[in-house]
Amino acid sequence: MNTSDSEEDSYNERSALVQCESPTIPSYHQDHDMSLPQETDTKRGRPVSSGLDEPGLVERERAATPDGEEEELTLKYGAKHVIMLFIPVTLCMVVVVATIKSVSFYTEKTSQQLIYTPFKEDPNSVGQRLLYSLLNTIVMISVIVVMTIILVVLYKYRCYKFIHGWLILSSLMLLFWFSFMYLGEVFKTYNVAMDYPTLAMIIWNFGVVGMICIHWKGPLRLQQAYLIVISALMALIFIKYLPEWSAWVILAAISIYDLIAVLCPKGPLRMLVETAQERNEPIFPALIYSSAMVWMVGMADSNNPDSGEQHLFILFFFIIYKHFSNILVLFTKRGVKLGLGDFIFYSVLVGKAAANGGDWNTTLACFVAILIGLCLTLLLLAIFKKALPALPISITFGLVFYFSTDNLVRPFMDSLAAHQYYI
Amino acid sequence: MTLAVFFGCAFIAFGPSFALFVFTIAREPLRVIILIAGAFFWLLSLLLSSLVWFIAIKASNSQDPSLQRGLLIFGVFFSVLLQEVFRFAYYRLLRKANEGLAAISDDDSSAISVRQMAYVAGLGFGIMSGAFSMINVLSDSLGPGTVGIFGDSQYYFITAALMTLALTLLHTFWGVVFFEGCEKSRWWVIAAVVSLHLLVAGLSLLNPLYEGSLPPVYVITLLMGVWAFFSSGGSLHSLSALCTRKT
Repeated sequence: MNTSDSEEDSYNERSALVQCESPTIPSYHQDHDMSLPQETDTKRGRPVSSGLDEPGLVERERAATPDGEEEELTLKYGAKHVIMLFIPVTLCMVVVVATIKSVSFYTEKTSQQLIYTPFKEDPNSVGQRLLYSLLNTIVMISVIVVMTIILVVLYKYRCYKFIHGWLILSSLMLLFWFSFMYLGEVFKTYNVAMDYPTLAMIIWNFGVVGMICIHWKGPLRLQQAYLIVISALMALIFIKYLPEWSAWVILAAISIYDLIAVLCPKGPLRMLVETAQERNEPIFPALIYSSAMVWMVGMADSNNPDSGEQHLFILFFFIIYKHFSNILVLFTKRGVKLGLGDFIFYSVLVGKAAANGGDWNTTLACFVAILIGLCLTLLLLAIFKKALPALPISITFGLVFYFSTDNLVRPFMDSLAAHQYYI
Repeated sequence: MTLAVFFGCAFIAFGPSFALFVFTIAREPLRVIILIAGAFFWLLSLLLSSLVWFIAIKASNSQDPSLQRGLLIFGVFFSVLLQEVFRFAYYRLLRKANEGLAAISDDDSSAISVRQMAYVAGLGFGIMSGAFSMINVLSDSLGPGTVGIFGDSQYYFITAALMTLALTLLHTFWGVVFFEGCEKSRWWVIAAVVSLHLLVAGLSLLNPLYEGSLPPVYVITLLMGVWAFFSSGGSLHSLSALCTRKT
């Protein structure tokens, strides 16, 4: 097992899952370390963006320091870490908002829904809609809880190879299938004629390079770019397939779940973190993907008369796991780490704000609110120095600002703009 | 044509603030955070003032257009006052944060001075204010559409962009002057900033009589710029040294 002075040391897929067998290559260490958090974001709550550290900074931080100095280093570099998180979060949101505004596919409501939100919302009845969205949320959250528990159990019993295999399979699906779908819709929007051989080559290259970057090694920036793209793709799927009101209630419910799962002593994620810390392993091996794969196999057998988009239901499951990654924000010697799930849910919120009506003010307000929430979360992280849920503060701010900007600020600003009054 | 208008107005409205951001703020993480927090504070002030306006609108007779207009004007002035209140609140927050930063640093001096924070905070307010005024207008300018088809002015977009630019710069200057006034406890400075802001908002009420609103606002911007320059420690000497390349 890779025992190291910090959990991110030599954190990569292999060392996480296959104990003692593939030592990290020292020369790649620094960069890899940084890119790792990105990749580990796909794991539960693995904070991201640590990849943005410079080697110099890592050197300093890596030097053994007594606690007091360590604390000062923490606070001193705090602002830098915050910015290192701001940049990927902003990029992910920009990709999602740009896609939502240009490709209409992701805002077209279909009659298909994911099986995790089985109740169809009826737009005519407010009461029924509210009730069904609550029920959808309950279904979704219970699925997530069950999956988390399965994951924790699997991790406890060290089924690493299994998990690793699942991780690879699920990222394969994501990199090839989702990006194929996305590219198809972009081509349709811009009326680009594309032949299948060229498309196959593009997707093949994109997918293979992605697999290599994420699961093995690759240039740091490329790894980060892939993780951002993956998060954006998943956020887009969420935006398309979650019913309107259910999506908002789910966002709120997931923040609460996040809070409970990470902070309660018996919370599954907390147990996961503690188990990983006991074993001195990187906290989030690719566990998340595993459960997704189980369900994926099961679903593929269902006879469904609908089109191939049914697969998405399966993949959606995969997405649920991403959520776990967002749960945690960790401060480590290498910097702060933010889970991929956080990226996804922040982007879902901003994307839904962009999708509803043409108002850019709402989108901008949600964006600023989420960034400030992230800033506050990181401040708390610096104060408490233990794994914290990254969703609650940001999503709360985001939701508050979305609804208030949409209902209060929008009419005000529209009236002002109509008369050209300036405040 | 629409694309030209879009880019033209976007660059007019956001060019200077974007340049200021890239050259003075982007490289310093602390300044970026202060900028975004400043934007957040402006947003909060807007939220509260919209809430008040919304309640007033709902409580009133929606069929009476002059009443609606009167309420809107009230909303404008109330919003201006609230923005200044939040600017003061942000000043207090930054002072506390500055003390904290100084306490934890090596040599007991903070990484950022109050004047720098004043500038960044002002720019944050300005960028957010400009963005909220201009972004929807910009996205509409991409078309398709006809400007002023109901008899409104043909110059809507360009005047909107110019006004946004002026306001962004004004917020920056007001930030500098305001914080300086708070530091030195010169309350007349604060009163002057608030009244100037009210004046500018009042001038914008003259729209679409653009001759009445734009030139005076730009004169005020220029004067504020000069005031901010001298208030933040500039002098004619440093200016001439800059021009003759002596440091």
